[in-house]
Amino acid sequence: MAKVIVYPPTSMILSDLVSRMGHKALVVPEAVRNLVTESKIQSPPLNMTPEEPKKGLRYAAVDVPSGVRGRMSLIGPIIEESEAAIIVEDPGWLTGCSGCSRTNELVRLLIRTKGIPVLDLSYPTNDDEARVFVQKIRSFLEGLN
Amino acid sequence: MIRIAQLSCGAEYSGIQREIERAAETVGATLVYPEVSLEDILNVESSFGVSVSSGDLNMAMARAVRIVQNPDLADAVIVMTCFRCAEAAIIRSEIRKYIHENSKIPVLSYSFTERTTAETLLTRMEALVTTVKYRGLLAREKQTGLTAGIDSGSTTTKAVVMRDNQVIGTGWNPTTEVLQSAEDALTAALKMSGVAREELQAIGVTGYGRFLVGKHINAKLIQEEITVNSKGAVFLADAQKGPATVIDIGGMDNKAISVQDGIPGGFTMGGICAGASGRFLELTAKRLGVDITELGKLALKGNYQNVAMNSYCIVFGTQSLVNNLAMGRKPEDVAMAACHSVAEQVYEQQLQEVEVKEPVIMVGGTSLIEGLPKAMEELLQIKVTVPKYAQYIGAVGAALLVSGLLED
Repeated sequence: MAKVIVYPPTSMILSDLVSRMGHKALVVPEAVRNLVTESKIQSPPLNMTPEEPKKGLRYAAVDVPSGVRGRMSLIGPIIEESEAAIIVEDPGWLTGCSGCSRTNELVRLLIRTKGIPVLDLSYPTNDDEARVFVQKIRSFLEGLN
Repeated sequence: MIRIAQLSCGAEYSGIQREIERAAETVGATLVYPEVSLEDILNVESSFGVSVSSGDLNMAMARAVRIVQNPDLADAVIVMTCFRCAEAAIIRSEIRKYIHENSKIPVLSYSFTERTTAETLLTRMEALVTTVKYRGLLAREKQTGLTAGIDSGSTTTKAVVMRDNQVIGTGWNPTTEVLQSAEDALTAALKMSGVAREELQAIGVTGYGRFLVGKHINAKLIQEEITVNSKGAVFLADAQKGPATVIDIGGMDNKAISVQDGIPGGFTMGGICAGASGRFLELTAKRLGVDITELGKLALKGNYQNVAMNSYCIVFGTQSLVNNLAMGRKPEDVAMAACHSVAEQVYEQQLQEVEVKEPVIMVGGTSLIEGLPKAMEELLQIKVTVPKYAQYIGAVGAALLVSGLLED
């Protein structure tokens, strides 16, 4: 079983595909769940406090906007943990998005420079492309075994 | 309960959402988030004029469109995005303009970091709530009865006594111990006006020390300086009807306020860099060996272009001035360069964020440093008005507004 990060990092569709193939999907909702269940609730609903952007300094410099660093405090650790990645280009932000384009750019960069196996895909626009899309993911994930 | 619509990107992830909520609670407001549909967000390019890469900004724009379409959804709007995000800075400014131009809802924009606290937001939020809650009071154009106003500022404390729409006494002194400074200023104003304290019908207080001073002297009105100063400015400049822009360069922070019929419509409040404050001019005067009251007259004789100023920082800016004096530059050129530096910073950092409409009224003690309004005129290419009693603007605004409460 490999730890696979998906991009967009909030995509539940990709997360589901990874899990069905017996791997562990690394996604932001999981990181949020850890945040809201493992510590005292100080700032509902996400329980983000001013400490999170400071943790994000590990991934982005202090002159990077605080919202990017706060998001990176959630996404950065799962990039570090990842052993493989699936990146879907031009998914449209409804597929799963951090809400911030700058964060998305940084996430793609950090995944690609980590040196792990990466599957690059285009977002499907019809049924046929969707089938090919799923098949490629399946083959990639089987290869990780 | 005043409803403030929060249109923002990154506030939650910066960990400051709780602080925003706390500031709203403190001023008796509640935050609302106008509902938008998926279609609204997807169509934001056609409804608002642009869509961007960041989804949260698209949602903020869609919410702005919804508020303009249905103004009953909110009483005021706060637009907040991350400091240093270029995409957000463009959209934040456009949302503010869009709401300002297409509705009568007061709007405030602010860029935050993870260090933004409820206290930082409090004065801004309070002003926003005041413009909604006390719209009737702010529409007041005349002072009636016998009232006093105190402006407990960061550098100086000012007081005025007003009777039947006229200033009859003034007093000021440097702010040292807050309560004592307020007492001294009020005593001086009472002495000048020949009025005994017991005769005053009401006192209004504004400025940094307003809560402490207001409680101590049992003030009838304790109000933040944005609404009070803009009221005082348009009253003294005789610009109560129509648009106006108020610029107040204070000892610790600066305010740029876009006013319509005496009521603030949008404003910015900067206070991070001392290089853009009256403090820098104080230091310059000290270094030039002239009294602060003489600095402006000296500056009027100078030309800022003869002095190279390559820093906005108060420390390096002062160093720059010292170097220029050592190089034989004339004191008057150095004085004007200092005025120009402060005006330029306010112009670049704050006046870009409000609608600058004539008349432009400069107020506060710094407006009496003649070089500063002149430098601002050159930058804006608009005539700048400095009304009589410009340094007492907050105190006058407080005395005027509190007289409105006498009749209620």
